[in-house]
Amino acid sequence: MLPFYHNIPFFCIFLCMIGGIIMPLHKNGRHALRMTEVICFVVCALFAALCLFLTHLGECFSYQMGHFPAPWGNELFVGPMDAMLCALFALVLGLSLLGGTNGMQSDILPQKQTFYCTMMCMTLASLLALTTTNDLFTGYVFMEISTLAACAIVMARDTGPMIAATIRYLILSLLGSGLFLIALAMLYCITGHLLMPQLLQHVLRLHESGVYHVPLTVICGLMALGLGIKSSMFPFYAWLPPAHGGATTGASAVLSGLVLKGYLVFLIRIFYRVFSLPVVHSLHVTDVLLVFGIAGMLAGSVMALREGHSKRMLAYSSVAQIGYIFMGLGLGTDAGVMAAVFQILAHAVTKPLLFLCVGRLSELRHHEKRFDRLRGAAHEDKLAGIGFTVGALSMVGIPLLTGFTAKLFFADASMGGRGRMWAVLLALALSSVLNACYYIPALLALWAKPEGRKPGASLPSSRGFTAAAAVLTACVVLLGTASIPLVRIIQWELSML
Amino acid sequence: MKKLHWDSFADWVNGTTPEPECPPLPELPKKRKPRRTRPQDPAHRIRIFSRLYRVIALAVCLCVVSVLLYTLFQLPLFGAPDNPAVNEVSRRYVEQGLSETGAVNMVTGMILDYRAFDTFGESSVLFLAVACVMMLLLRDQNNTTPADIRQLQRERAAEPSCCDPILQKVVAVVFPCILLFGIYVVLNGHLSPGGGFAGGAMMGAGLILYSAAYGMDAASRFFSQKHFRILTTSALLCYALSKAYSFFTGANDLPSCISLGCPGAIFSSGLILVLNICVGLIVACTMYGFYILFTKGEF
Repeated sequence: MLPFYHNIPFFCIFLCMIGGIIMPLHKNGRHALRMTEVICFVVCALFAALCLFLTHLGECFSYQMGHFPAPWGNELFVGPMDAMLCALFALVLGLSLLGGTNGMQSDILPQKQTFYCTMMCMTLASLLALTTTNDLFTGYVFMEISTLAACAIVMARDTGPMIAATIRYLILSLLGSGLFLIALAMLYCITGHLLMPQLLQHVLRLHESGVYHVPLTVICGLMALGLGIKSSMFPFYAWLPPAHGGATTGASAVLSGLVLKGYLVFLIRIFYRVFSLPVVHSLHVTDVLLVFGIAGMLAGSVMALREGHSKRMLAYSSVAQIGYIFMGLGLGTDAGVMAAVFQILAHAVTKPLLFLCVGRLSELRHHEKRFDRLRGAAHEDKLAGIGFTVGALSMVGIPLLTGFTAKLFFADASMGGRGRMWAVLLALALSSVLNACYYIPALLALWAKPEGRKPGASLPSSRGFTAAAAVLTACVVLLGTASIPLVRIIQWELSML
Repeated sequence: MKKLHWDSFADWVNGTTPEPECPPLPELPKKRKPRRTRPQDPAHRIRIFSRLYRVIALAVCLCVVSVLLYTLFQLPLFGAPDNPAVNEVSRRYVEQGLSETGAVNMVTGMILDYRAFDTFGESSVLFLAVACVMMLLLRDQNNTTPADIRQLQRERAAEPSCCDPILQKVVAVVFPCILLFGIYVVLNGHLSPGGGFAGGAMMGAGLILYSAAYGMDAASRFFSQKHFRILTTSALLCYALSKAYSFFTGANDLPSCISLGCPGAIFSSGLILVLNICVGLIVACTMYGFYILFTKGEF
């Protein structure tokens, strides 16, 4: 008999999937949305409890899905870091839905709202499964679920440009899945396993003996490339701005803050539990990721600098932030990966906050999205203005906020990294300056004095938005100031994997 | 001077930067006449871009194809007896599959018992796909104009007369057979080749044939959108709940009340029969749903 808390991941994944399946039976989009939020918060509470248990006991465990043990059946593998990531994902998803309620009701037709909720549940299920799976093929299946659900979330806002954005997103996403599947088939050919612990044994043996060196390199590269395309690594980001910039508020927050992160967490899992970091490093896959990461940091910021549309600017900023994560992976050290995981957490709270606040401000201004039309809007909803300010300053890297802490970890990780140190430090400095160049003007525009401008639509204050923005702002400050326990958890699990 | 800078900065912040009114550049001393001026015509630029795009796309594709082919030749030979894939995993599936899962059809035993979680994911993918198509194509005020509705009504009015009597007579004979065979393949999924995916595809094809021969409305009479929703959801829900029970008992090492029965009998192999029926229903509904939504946009 297992300890009861080992059942939590399995229970949460099934809760989300069953919730998603029964959502279309709801008559009313509002009920479906409430139920989805409840599911999110229940999952968050359960995973937070699991994280506390596991940290307290110092334990990672694997959970057998069915009657058959490891190399024959499916398995989950959960440690405190995974539980923490899952809890945060569920929390942010719930808050994004809560804060984006008005947006959903105005942007999505009533008969499609239940489907939208289905997709949100399935997105959460796929995030949980990608973060906890111990089986590569299960990971692939849930990547597919995540892709389909994300495309449907973009498409839910049924306008011409959004359909075009969805098609673009779908094609590039499927290219990523295809490359991953090819790599998976090849890996099965040379090892005969699909579960991560067995794969790791065989890969280490193959790497030592030197047989199948070329296939191993190609497989590792293709997996990184496939997941990179799906999480908008530098040259493959063209699909992201129209999709994330045009979707409804809550959807943008979920897509930018969470869906991209699921693939990245899965990639980190593959690096640690299938190839092991030294092998990945010796195959030079990390070098490529470092170059792409740094290029993405700069290119994303430069594109954001040229953008006047608020949500598209945030979307380009996501490209830059994902670049940071790839840079951390590219360092090829535990410290680099730790910084990358922390950046995943930091971006997962900051970007949804920014999207929700911009969504709220643009609602006040008749759904205008350009910064010149949002001039002075922050005075009309102070909380949204403060939320945006905190998020933007965190992105720029002001101390006490989470973005600064993440940058500090990256700089710390680059120390002693031979010739990489200067490249990383320079990139960090340059990217911070670029971030400031587009976030500070945006802030100035939002807080500008309204010059005799007639106030926009006087919307009633939305309780959902107030709660979501307050909690996310608190998370941004908390992650920035009290990061030590989280970092300990991440470091401990990375050393255990 | 300083104020001027500030003004232009404020304009930039507001995104209302006026078109830069640059003073005309001083005439540079002409050394040589440029050989080619930069083409200003946008159509010309697009042409150049698309040509360049094709060349680069071709180069990238060739690169990827050659890398993949080169890797392919390094992989172990398919079907060789000393392949790494011939190991304890496949050996147990083949040798003990019958006694452990009760399914005579090894593939069914593997996908619906050993690796049932993956198959649950696959069924959910089908469910999500049909939900996506419903989101996109179900008629609503965004994707339907009054002209579309008039056209649809005209087509519907003309439908009974334009149906092909030969097709209808053939379908009247063939449709029950197809449906019956589909059901047979689903129910015997654990005993003979086939299973939920294959049988479901047959049933879906049968429904499509029926609706093509007798018109959309004939099929909607016994298979409406409400039926469709309830059937798909309950089939997937049944799969999820039965597998959740099985995973929970398996992981916690609890006694399971499901017996494997006598291998070879129709009521055997535990949950596999139920799961096959669920998968079959989902696949049939998905196929038929795609057809009906793409042709008509409603049930």
